[in-house]
Amino acid sequence: MALTGLDIFKLTPKTNCKDCGNPTCMAFAMKVAQGAIPIDKCPHISDEVKAKLDEATAPPMKTIKIGTGENEHSLGGETVLYRHDKTFVSKTLYSVAVSDAYSDEQNEKAFADIANIDYERIGERMRVEAVFVDYVSDGTKFLDLVKKANDMGRTLIINCADADLAAKALEIAAAGKPVLSGANASNFEAMNALAVKHGLVLGVTGKDLAELHDTVEKLEKAGNKNLILDVTMANIKDTFAATVQVRRAAIKDGDRSFGYPSIVNAARLAAGDRHMQTALASLFTLRYGSVVVLEGMSYADALPLFGLRQNIFTNPQKPMKVEPGIYPLNGADENSVCLITVDFALTYFVVSGEVERSGVPVNLLITDAGGYSVLTAWAAGKLSASSIAKFFQEADIENKIKSRTLVIPGKVAVLKGEIEDKLPGWKIIPSPPEAIQLVKFLREFNA
Amino acid sequence: MAFVQKPQVYKSAINTVELGAGDRKIALGGATVYPLYSFDAPIENAPKIGVEISDLGLEGAPKAMLDYYGDCKTIAEVAKKAAAMPGADFVCLRFDGAEPGEGERTVEDCVKIAKEVAAAIDIPLVIAGCKNSQKDAQIFEKVAEALTGRNVLFLSAKEENHKTVGASVGLAYSQKVGAESSVDINLAKQLNVLLTQLGVAKENIIMNLGSAAAGYGFEYVASTIERVKLAALAQGDAMLQMPVVTPVASETWSVKEALISEDDMPEWGNQEQRGIQMEIVTAAACLAAGSDAVILKHPASVATISAMVAALM
Repeated sequence: MALTGLDIFKLTPKTNCKDCGNPTCMAFAMKVAQGAIPIDKCPHISDEVKAKLDEATAPPMKTIKIGTGENEHSLGGETVLYRHDKTFVSKTLYSVAVSDAYSDEQNEKAFADIANIDYERIGERMRVEAVFVDYVSDGTKFLDLVKKANDMGRTLIINCADADLAAKALEIAAAGKPVLSGANASNFEAMNALAVKHGLVLGVTGKDLAELHDTVEKLEKAGNKNLILDVTMANIKDTFAATVQVRRAAIKDGDRSFGYPSIVNAARLAAGDRHMQTALASLFTLRYGSVVVLEGMSYADALPLFGLRQNIFTNPQKPMKVEPGIYPLNGADENSVCLITVDFALTYFVVSGEVERSGVPVNLLITDAGGYSVLTAWAAGKLSASSIAKFFQEADIENKIKSRTLVIPGKVAVLKGEIEDKLPGWKIIPSPPEAIQLVKFLREFNA
Repeated sequence: MAFVQKPQVYKSAINTVELGAGDRKIALGGATVYPLYSFDAPIENAPKIGVEISDLGLEGAPKAMLDYYGDCKTIAEVAKKAAAMPGADFVCLRFDGAEPGEGERTVEDCVKIAKEVAAAIDIPLVIAGCKNSQKDAQIFEKVAEALTGRNVLFLSAKEENHKTVGASVGLAYSQKVGAESSVDINLAKQLNVLLTQLGVAKENIIMNLGSAAAGYGFEYVASTIERVKLAALAQGDAMLQMPVVTPVASETWSVKEALISEDDMPEWGNQEQRGIQMEIVTAAACLAAGSDAVILKHPASVATISAMVAALM
């Protein structure tokens, strides 16, 4: 439970020595309570008190790091249940499963999928972040899969409840800082020793939430708080219930033993049904899955899922922006007509979507408008004849594009005259006010 | 300390709104727990799934969808087949062809089609307009009159036509009014206030809070639905307790992921699968955020999403 300023004040020396840079111990305590400064700014606080405070003022959910180098990912660290309260900080990772229980063909297909998905969307590289290597019964085949997965250059999640076999797997793959998953009520001591030895995050499972909680408490007592909870239960309903309740217990009720990121194994919940797995990946992207495991990943799965994730894990107070610049659509070249709009991501998507639907080659020009929509940017002075002229200069439009026709957003048609003054030689045409009318407008314009 | 389950049941409930009439009528809303959280308390009315059909028929529909509808020729046959789709709870007839312009469908024609569709199905019917508010108001008034007693939902009354739609659909013919706002909790509430002030009972109002495909500003859709549900349940805001219906197909099948052919983008693979998965991901996300019903069109999406809902209840 969070401590109040007064609680913290009681633990300070109460000498008002100002060594921490604050005028009084009370002022210091208030700032610590708000999380503005760390407790160790006070040089006189005893280690015992410090440990007590660290525990009490720690965030409700731990941030757990997995992988190394460019494959290092942060999981957890969330402070809210809904993104309108505060940004969700650690995006859901999508992982593809291989297993000794799968046919060789299915495993090969999974590896091929992982290698195949790699593209960029609004400045973010989209690819399968983790390989989930699942052990069922064939140890030799499993170790072979660990080897192959280790060569993929992604973070591994090694799911193996057999500690002896897991030890062999880690001889192959420990350097990449994989997750060692599969600790449960009966094997957690051996699994814990293995994870600690290699400095790895330990994945914990349980047959229900009570057992999972119990095992986590035992691991915490043994000194390990570097955990992930595999909340996959017997079926979809129980898994959804577990995932939501774990997060809610951590954030709302301050239950530290559930304050860890989660793994949801959709590949197991809907084996063989790729449509259902994708539906579940979407469900658990909104509802608290830190890692979602799938049987494969095609572009049909990836395009909507990564798009969804990019939307959900954004700052609700800050609009999503696209880079200003020239975006040639429908095979546009330097002679194609120019259409300008703002850098608000939603505007960009709607406008580019309609332009693509029209099939007319257009150079879509995105100008820096602070990430606001057309009317807001105009009202805030961020979209004006001068800002457009400045953008034309900075982006060197006149040398890059030969066309001298510029379509401006219909909602700021009033700017036409001013833009004509600032951009001599250009023909300025206002578009219809709504993006949806663009298809008709562009086709008629092109005819 | 052992884990103790703490079910979160709210004092307020989402309004229960019935659609359709007779044996096959359905109810939306009614829950006192967060949508889909059946582990907090049993949810009486599971989220519902609508199948969208267009007055323009099946032109341009993806292959597996054409296969499903087979040799359906008339709109009545299409409607019947849509109603028989496994997982379908209601049919949504959209008047794409009524949009003002060359060859637009007249209001009289729309009424005729609506009557044929209504006669062909026994599950509830939802009527969606053509996105032109003025034309929609004319269509809705006449269709509401023609289908009196069928308890039809009309999508939607917007700020600019809510008076006409509310007065005809909601008051004169006692059908259900869909209140459409564009991803903003305050606008949604304002429209509900306006409609109730007009005299439309709140049990006859359903909200369409706006929609977007996954990746296309969906964060606004998700957060608006979540905020509306929390206001309705946790704060007991009576002007936001109407169930939420989210049209999904009309958004997801017109984004580039669903539109670009495999010839133009070979690395993206099968075009129809892309459309299906876009529809599935968006629908699942809408339901996770809290929609009480989603409207889809592909048989594969309807099957998957209905199975997901069934698995969660």
